[in-house]
Amino acid sequence: MKNRYARQELFLGEKSQSKIQNSSVIMIGAGALGSSSAEMLTRAGVGELTIVDRDYVEWSNLQRQQLYSEEDARNKLPKAVAAKNRLQQINSEITIHSLVSDVHGLNIQEMIKGHDVIVDATDNFETRLIANDAAVKHGIPFIMGSCVASYGTTFAVIPEKTPCLHCLLNHLPVDNMTCETVGVISPIVQIVAATQVTQVLKILSGEPVKPLLKSTDVWKDEKAEIDVTRLKNEHCPTCGNEQTFPYLQYKNQTKSEVLCGRDAVQIRPATTQTFVLNVFMERLKGMVTKPILNPFLLSCGFEDYRVVFFKDGRAIIHGTNDKMVARSIYNRFLQYYSE
Amino acid sequence: MNVQLNGKQVEIPEEVNSVEKLLAHYHLQSRIAVVEINKEIVMKEDYVHQKLSHGDAVEIIHFVGGG
Ligand SMILES: [Zn+2]
Repeated sequence: MKNRYARQELFLGEKSQSKIQNSSVIMIGAGALGSSSAEMLTRAGVGELTIVDRDYVEWSNLQRQQLYSEEDARNKLPKAVAAKNRLQQINSEITIHSLVSDVHGLNIQEMIKGHDVIVDATDNFETRLIANDAAVKHGIPFIMGSCVASYGTTFAVIPEKTPCLHCLLNHLPVDNMTCETVGVISPIVQIVAATQVTQVLKILSGEPVKPLLKSTDVWKDEKAEIDVTRLKNEHCPTCGNEQTFPYLQYKNQTKSEVLCGRDAVQIRPATTQTFVLNVFMERLKGMVTKPILNPFLLSCGFEDYRVVFFKDGRAIIHGTNDKMVARSIYNRFLQYYSE
Repeated sequence: MNVQLNGKQVEIPEEVNSVEKLLAHYHLQSRIAVVEINKEIVMKEDYVHQKLSHGDAVEIIHFVGGG
């Protein structure tokens, strides 16, 4: 049989298969959950897949981020790029867009436009709430998923029908949500991603999705699910009667952020500017150690830190959890560009 | 007393008799969680008052950040 989707079509039916092949899905994040979901969706034949990720491949990713290889880690390839390379080997018939970019409240609406489903594969609550705001505003289903250690949760936000993520988390300050530093095993990643992808396939097929918040602990062998209809909040600033979409507003944008469990801080400049990396590298000569340059980023030792600088001006400063320290390193580093 | 927590029978001390105390007992008090008792969601403002009884079916789902 030549039809690569034959087995799936037998299960879903011809109509659903054709809907899937004509659909477009955006993945916010291409870490562990994103790798797993993206591979399933690619094999399933989703017509168009957009992958957004701000990070690059590191050795510590290889234990669970199934799309990446040792070569990707050696080359510090951006995840969005490495993911696309691998996915296109798996299925050359679908269209894959990769965006090496940090998702924030001011750029997300442009990214999600025209997509049928948004898959949450981020590693933090803030980006999730930003995606949730954009999803509700544009009426696009948003499939939340998260995991840590051996435990994970999923929930499908269907605008106008279910409560949104903001309703579920309920006015708790984002700053109180602590960093997770306890590690993760890959089976829970697969379970969460599989649950998310099942919901994506159902939504694309036009099947109803229940308003169930689900959790699983694969190590303790525990499962729970709660119908959260009652948590739909009419005062919710995202999906309630007076929508303000707070996470899409300029004043709520983080400019620097500690990357959980990484001993690193990300700095995002307020202005948009494209940097010519090879020129920058030239100017940094003698000031840095162990430089690596690829078309997307430059990485080098600078003072006591390692700086990974992207061409959009974003940087990840390794070796500190202190935003102030990271900002001053960033500023000193950037001086060499204008000299 | 005995309650059914996330599908499993567990024994909890008698003094753990409210939702608030149950969350503290499982070190989830600082987490964002959704709690359901006998298929009814308990709103956050009721955690202190909502009593637990022997045989209750309790579901607790807490949110985590990673992915
Ligand atoms: Zn809401």
